[in-house]
Amino acid sequence: FFSYLSFFLLRQGLCCTGWTTVAQTWWLVLAIAMVRFYMEKGTHRGLYKSIQKTLKFFQTFALLEVRIIPTSVLVTGVQVSSRIFMVWLITHSIKPIQNEESVVLFLVAWTVTEITRYSFYTFSLLDHLPYFIKWARYNFFIILYPVGVAGELLTIYAALPYVKKTGMFSIRLPNKYNVSFDYYYFLLITMASYIPLFPQLYFHMLRQRRKVLHGEVIVEKDD
Amino acid sequence: GKHVEILDAKTREKLCFLDKVEPHATIAEIKNLFTKTHPQWYPARQSLRLDPKGKSLKDEDVLQKLPVGTTATLYFRDLGAQISWVTVFLTEYAGPLFIYLLFYFRVPFIYGHKYDFTSSRHTVVHLACICHSFHYVKRLLETLFVHRFSHGTMPLRNIFKNCTYYWGFAAWMAYYINHPLYTPPTYGAQQVKLALAIFVICQLGNFSIHMALRDLRPAGSKTRKIPYPTKNPFTWLFLLVSCPNYTYEVGSWIGFAIMTQCLPVALFSLVGFTQMTIWAKGKHRSYLKEFRDYPPLRMPIIPFLL
Repeated sequence: FFSYLSFFLLRQGLCCTGWTTVAQTWWLVLAIAMVRFYMEKGTHRGLYKSIQKTLKFFQTFALLEVRIIPTSVLVTGVQVSSRIFMVWLITHSIKPIQNEESVVLFLVAWTVTEITRYSFYTFSLLDHLPYFIKWARYNFFIILYPVGVAGELLTIYAALPYVKKTGMFSIRLPNKYNVSFDYYYFLLITMASYIPLFPQLYFHMLRQRRKVLHGEVIVEKDD
Repeated sequence: GKHVEILDAKTREKLCFLDKVEPHATIAEIKNLFTKTHPQWYPARQSLRLDPKGKSLKDEDVLQKLPVGTTATLYFRDLGAQISWVTVFLTEYAGPLFIYLLFYFRVPFIYGHKYDFTSSRHTVVHLACICHSFHYVKRLLETLFVHRFSHGTMPLRNIFKNCTYYWGFAAWMAYYINHPLYTPPTYGAQQVKLALAIFVICQLGNFSIHMALRDLRPAGSKTRKIPYPTKNPFTWLFLLVSCPNYTYEVGSWIGFAIMTQCLPVALFSLVGFTQMTIWAKGKHRSYLKEFRDYPPLRMPIIPFLL
C-alpha cells in the first residue's frame, strides 16, 4: 500500500511546492505507520523491515532536493548523502542491525525533523507561514540533530563486528586491478568524519536560527 | 595631480587617503602607497576595485584611464595571505617525487617487516618508478626554468588543498604498485611496451607545448597571443585543440595506468582529466572572447569532442 501511495504522491509534482507537499505528506504517513506499528506490536523489532521499502525509495529521491530546495547546496548535499549512506549501505545491507534501538532513534529524529522542515517550506511557498512552524523548524533541531547523529553513530558502531567478520564490500590483495578496499576501516573513517562535519551543520543551523528568529545581522565570511 | 581615497569594500570605512597622485600612476604604484599606511596588507593581497562588488583592477591599469573624477574612490578587499605560484608548484611536485620513492624502496612500517628494503621482482615496477619520478622531475624543472606565470601569487590555503591532492594520490598509487602482492599487467610485456610508448610520446608532447607557450610570451611581459603549431610535430595538436598540454598530460597518465594496471592510477587520471577539462574550457572561452580570429576547428582539450 505504501509503495503505491508514495508513487502516486511523487507523480503529483516535481515542482517546488509539489515536492514539499509530497515530501511532508510522506513523512507524516511514515510517522503514522511507525506509531501504529508500535501500538500494535508493542516492540520496535521488525519496524524497520515494514517501512524500509518506502524509506529507501523516498530517501533516494531526496537527491533531487539538492537542486530544487533553495538552501546551501553543500549543506543539503552532505545531509542527503549521509541519509542515503545510512539507508542503503548500513541498514539495508547489514540485516542483523535492523532491529537495533539506535535505528529507531535516528528514524524518529529524521521523521520529526523532516515533517517540520517540509511544512516550513510548503507554508513559506504558499505565503502563509504560522509562527509556530517557523519556531519549530528553528528550535527542534537543537535536540533532534544530536539525537539523530547519536542514532546513526550507534547503528554504524553496532554494525562493525558483522562487517569485520564477513568482510563485506571489501576487496583484498592480490587482484588484477591492484587495489584494495576495507569496508570496516571505511566505516571507522566515516564515523570519525562526523566530528568535523556535524558541528559545522549544527552551527550553520544555529546561525540561521539567530538570523531568522532574532533578526540578528550576521556578516557572512566571503570566500 | 589626482586624489585617491581607499575604502573597505565591506564596511565602507575610509582606510586611506592619498593626495597628489600622478595621473599616470598605475594601480601597482597605488598598491605600494597603500602598503605604506597598512603594512600588513602587502600588494599581492590587495584587491582594488571601482565598485565594491566589481572586478579587481589590474596592476597595469593607469589611474588616468579609469572612469573617475579628480578624486578616485577605490574599494579594497583583502585576498588573504598569499603565496607565490612557484613555491606552490615546487612543494606540490617535490612531495609525490619523494613519497613514491619511500614506497618503492619499501621503507619500514609501510609493508610487513619481512619486506623492509626489499626490491620487487617485476620489471614493470622498476619501470613505473622511473616514469613517475621522471614525470615529477620534469615538472619541477619546468616550474623553475620554463613556465612564465601571469599571476605572481595565489591564496595560502590553496597550498594545503593542492598538496593533499597530489601527495595523497601519490601515496595511494605508490602503495599498490610497490606492494609485495602487486599483480603485473594481464597482457604482459606487450601491454607494458605499448603503455610506455604512450607515456613517452605524451611526455615529449607536453614538454613541447610548454616550450611553445613560453616562446609565445617574451620575458617579463603579460601579452597574450594565439598559440599556433611550430616545426615541432608535437605542437601540431594546436590545430585541433586549445590546450594540448592538458591533452598530453591526460595521455601520459592513461599510459601510466595501462602500464601499471592499477585502479588508483586510473582514478587519478580521471580526476585529473575532469579538472583539466574545466581549466581547458575556461581557457578556450577566454581565447574566444579575446581573439575574433580564433581558429574555429579547435576544441578545448579533446580533438573534435570536448
